[in-house]
Order: sequence, then structure tokens, then C-alpha cells
Amino acid sequence: MADKAETGGLVFHPMDQFIIKPLFGEGAITWYTPTNAALWMGFAVIAVIVLMVLGSSKRAIVPSRGQSVAELAYGFIYKMVEDICGKEGVKYFPYIMTLFMFIVCANFLGLIPTAFTPTSHFAVTVVLAMAVFLTVTILGFVKNGAGFLSLFWVASAPLALRPILAIIELISYFVRPVSHSIRLAGNVMAGHAVIKVFAGFAVITLVSPVSVVAITAMYGLEVLVSFIQAYVFTILTCVYLKDALHPHH
Amino acid sequence: MATETHSAEAAAAPGMPQLDFSTWGNQIFWLVIALIAIYFVLSRMALPRIAAVLAERQGTITSDLAAAEDLKVKAQEAEDAYDKALVDARAEAHRIVGEAKAEIQSDLDAAIAKADAEIAAKAAESEKAIAEIRAGALDAVKVVAADTAKEIVAAMGGKADAKAITSAVDTRLKG
Repeated sequence: MADKAETGGLVFHPMDQFIIKPLFGEGAITWYTPTNAALWMGFAVIAVIVLMVLGSSKRAIVPSRGQSVAELAYGFIYKMVEDICGKEGVKYFPYIMTLFMFIVCANFLGLIPTAFTPTSHFAVTVVLAMAVFLTVTILGFVKNGAGFLSLFWVASAPLALRPILAIIELISYFVRPVSHSIRLAGNVMAGHAVIKVFAGFAVITLVSPVSVVAITAMYGLEVLVSFIQAYVFTILTCVYLKDALHPHH
Repeated sequence: MATETHSAEAAAAPGMPQLDFSTWGNQIFWLVIALIAIYFVLSRMALPRIAAVLAERQGTITSDLAAAEDLKVKAQEAEDAYDKALVDARAEAHRIVGEAKAEIQSDLDAAIAKADAEIAAKAAESEKAIAEIRAGALDAVKVVAADTAKEIVAAMGGKADAKAITSAVDTRLKG
């Protein structure tokens, strides 16, 4: 109680914003309960539809603003896939586009005050990363057979070093989904939590101007992070896909 | 009161809500639905449409460029034709000017010759008339001089012989 008196009503609950609640009622969360996470994933789907389908519905030769954004997103990811994976990778462009559009829309929608950010949860990013990891691994073996293992056998290194490098490569390969998922969720979660902490400081009158400025600065940073993390996730997916298509160094 | 509810919630979801594995199944279920929805929307509707629009634009740009190239060639041809026409017209103009000049010159020469002849005739006539007038004037001067001399002599009180005065005037006029 003495502690509480000292902090003078300063109560931080920066992680409360990530709590998953049922949309209706207070019951337990079963696997099909519509939750706030489900709601904001649904908003992300709607945002993708509005941007990509409605935006391009006019099929104008000279694009409108919405169509320009849709074409920009298309060209951005298409070029990324083509540059990194080559012509064979273009086949997987719709999957990569799905990942990118979901992450970027969920991230940006999560920046709306009081919104919920699905991508701040490891449940979401781990599923995304594992989907990429399993797809890429299976694809690598299907496309190259045992030749996919040459990914771990660095032929350009001296023979004595190769077994050691193979172990390192193997470990780094299995760490990929971990870093892939934690990077995205960690960045998004940390940004939101820091904003919340600054917001908690705003209770103190003297500090509140600093707090507001800090929230503004963090918010700007988060706008960048939202896009950059979606970009990083997508580009790493492309890199992993390239390894599956061309495992030879 | 508020703190108590919070602590109760914190107890329900210890630490990070992200690590509350009881919600994972729910999130994964909705995530898979969302991803499948996005995948179908993108692969069936949005991406083919955008690809078609981009291809169409590329085609339009290419054909427009080709058309522009065509038009440029045509413009070059038109310019050449224009230049040629200009050169032709200039040569034609020169020819016409030369002809006109020659024609005018010949007309002019004829007119000048005719005028010269007329002027010469007129001059000869005038010469004749002047000669006549001069002759007439000389006679008149003689008469006037004789009359005047007679009058002067009379006025001086002398009696003048008409014949002597006339001959005197004549000799004077000749001198």
C-alpha cells in the first residue's frame, strides 16, 4: 500500500492492450469464439479487399489514387519476388502477397488508437513463420530432393571447415522461424507497449507535455516500423524461398 | 477498486498476454480463416486484374510510342515535301520574275524609243518655231528701234529722216 501511495496513481498496464477478450459476453475463449483479435483480423481482410479489389475495380489506364496504391503494392512485392527468387519464384507471388498484405494491413490498423494488433501476438507470427518455414523446407526437398541438403554444405569453404559450417548452417536454418516470428511480434508489441508507458506518465501534469511529445515521436516511429516489419518479413520469406529453389551457394 | 480488477486480470493472464497459450487455438483459427480469405481475394480477383491493367497500360504505352514514331516519320516526310515545294516555288518565282523583267524591259525599251522619237520630232518642231519667233522678233526689234529712235530724235528737236534712222538702226543691230 505504501508503494501505491508513493507512485501517486501511476499505474502502468502496458500489456493490457494485448489481452484477448471475447467480443460478446465474458465467457471462456474457445477456438471459435469471435474475439477482438478475430475482429481486427477481419478488418485487415476488409482493408485488403478495399485496397486491392475496390481500388482496382475501375481498371483505368490512368489510375486513380486508390488504384495507384494497389498497383504500387503489387509492383513492390512482384519485383521483390522476381529479383530475389528469379522467374521460378513468380509462381509463389500470390502467397507472398497474401502474407505482406495481411501483415501490413494488420500493423497499420493496429496503430488506430484503441485498436487491437493481431501481429503483436506470437500465436499469429509463429503460425506465419512456421507456414513459411514448412512450405520452404518441403518445397526444397520436393524440388531438389536430397540436393536441398547442399544448402548446408558450403562447397566454397575449405574442406576441413565444411562440417563445422554445416552445423552452423543447420542451426541457423532451424532458428529462422524463431527469429522470423519474434522479430515481427516483438517490434510491434514493444512499440505499442512503449506508447502505453508514455501514456501512463501523462497522468503527472508536469511530465505530460513531454509524454505527449514522446507518444507522438513513438507513433511516428511505429508507422515506420509497421511498414518496415511487414517488408522485412516478406523479404525474408523471399530469401528463404530462394534457398528452396536454388539451394546451391 | 480498479487496481484490484487489474490484478485479477493479471492473474488470469500472467505476464504477457502473448504467452497465454489458452488463446492460441482461437487466434490460429481466425488467422487461418483471414489468410485464406485474403489469398482467395487476391489470387482470384485483385492480382489478375491488376496484372491485366498493368499489361494493358504497358501495351498502350508501347503502341502509343510506335504511333508517335510513325507520326514523327510522317512529319519528317511532310517537312521534306514542304521544303521541296518551297524550293520549287522559289525557282518558279525566280523564273517568273526574270520573264516579267525581260518583258518589262523590252516594253520599256520600245516605249523609250518611241518617246525619244516623239521628243526628237517635238524638239525639231520647237526649234523651227523658235527660229521663226526669233526671226519675227528681230524684225519687230528693228521696227521698234527705228520708231523709238525717230521719236527720240523728234523729242531732241531734230527732224529725222526715216530712211537714215532705219539704216542707222540696222547697222547698230548688226554691230
